[in-house]
Amino acid sequence: MMHYLDIIFRSLFIENLPLSFFLGMCTFLAISKKVTSALGLGLAVVVLTAITVPLNNFLLNTLLKEGALQWLGQPTIDLTFLGLMIYIATIAAVVQILEMVLDKFVPALYNTLGIFLPLLTVNCAILGASLFMVERDYTFLESTAYGIGAGGGFLLAVVLLAAIREKSEYANSPKGLRGLGMTFITAGLMAMAFMGFAGISF
Amino acid sequence: MAESNKELLVRSVFKRNPIALLVLGICSALAVTGQMSTALVMSICVTLVTAFSSLTISIVRYQIPNTVRIGLQILVIATLVILVDQILQAFYYELSKQLSIFVGLIITNCIVMGRAEGFAMSNPPIPSFIDGIGNGLGYSFILMSVALVRELFGSGSIFGYEILATVNNGGWYVPNGMLVLPASGFFLIALLIWLIRTYDPEQQESQ
Repeated sequence: MMHYLDIIFRSLFIENLPLSFFLGMCTFLAISKKVTSALGLGLAVVVLTAITVPLNNFLLNTLLKEGALQWLGQPTIDLTFLGLMIYIATIAAVVQILEMVLDKFVPALYNTLGIFLPLLTVNCAILGASLFMVERDYTFLESTAYGIGAGGGFLLAVVLLAAIREKSEYANSPKGLRGLGMTFITAGLMAMAFMGFAGISF
Repeated sequence: MAESNKELLVRSVFKRNPIALLVLGICSALAVTGQMSTALVMSICVTLVTAFSSLTISIVRYQIPNTVRIGLQILVIATLVILVDQILQAFYYELSKQLSIFVGLIITNCIVMGRAEGFAMSNPPIPSFIDGIGNGLGYSFILMSVALVRELFGSGSIFGYEILATVNNGGWYVPNGMLVLPASGFFLIALLIWLIRTYDPEQQESQ
């Protein structure tokens, strides 16, 4: 149990996807104007990573790895080069399903997230989480824990950034820096702060 | 679309820069800009993938059903990226080792997807292709400028050739350690945005 908690903790703080690996920046910067919409986006990311990372882990172990097609009587086939396509197809399918479900049942949230829900497919954080899962050879349970932790890390970072941005809107910054420029600087400072977590381990 | 092809190409570099104005494709802009050589390879890959995915998607845009468009766009992009990845591994193995994860992450580079969704789905093939190249160049412009500053002042070299002799090598230049950290990418891009928006006040955001 401690092992899984450790994975969640690490992916939440030490290996925070947006602030330590700079993944998922586009949505991170674009949907952080208001805390409420940031929260909605963050939750969508948590749901997505928690579903797609274990799903991709399952597909990797039953379809792609060398010898994984044993159950088809084909023990020598190695399809790992197709990995990228399979992972992204899984993610795209889950996003599309989520989009339809939200449109049908929670139209208010669907309208706030707007164009950015389809863009979650191309959120590097979500594909990145799957790629890290492959790179670190997680088991199915470990990848579930990692999926939750990685998404949670994104949620944490995006809500914190949105809270800072809401406050800093009142500041009288130089005209050219307003909006995007200030957001970049804020995110940079947050990234440096998160580097402080780097040494912590259980 | 009343714009000529040349306008399509040029406006994406400064007027409607994908990174500075549309906030797309930032992840790799921060991660690969530590060295100029990786940034250059990344720029070329992204430009090619954007151009050809826009072309392909624009050709088949009437055949794509609206409900599954994202999946299809992604498949086109993923195929192109796997091609690029295999070509890099075959001919430039060293470079592909350095870039490994980031070539894969071109799939999730929002510029490619954003242009496919925002431009290629509603425009003919040739303008889409040119728009793709233009956006690729806009991306490359930011990437190369950030990489230039980071490599020159962070490790005193350009494309690996020593320009400012660092103290460690017996020279005079004390390298700025912060520029080696990925976080510095944020500050540099913020400064670039400031520069572009001072030059072109139309892009400034109202408060």
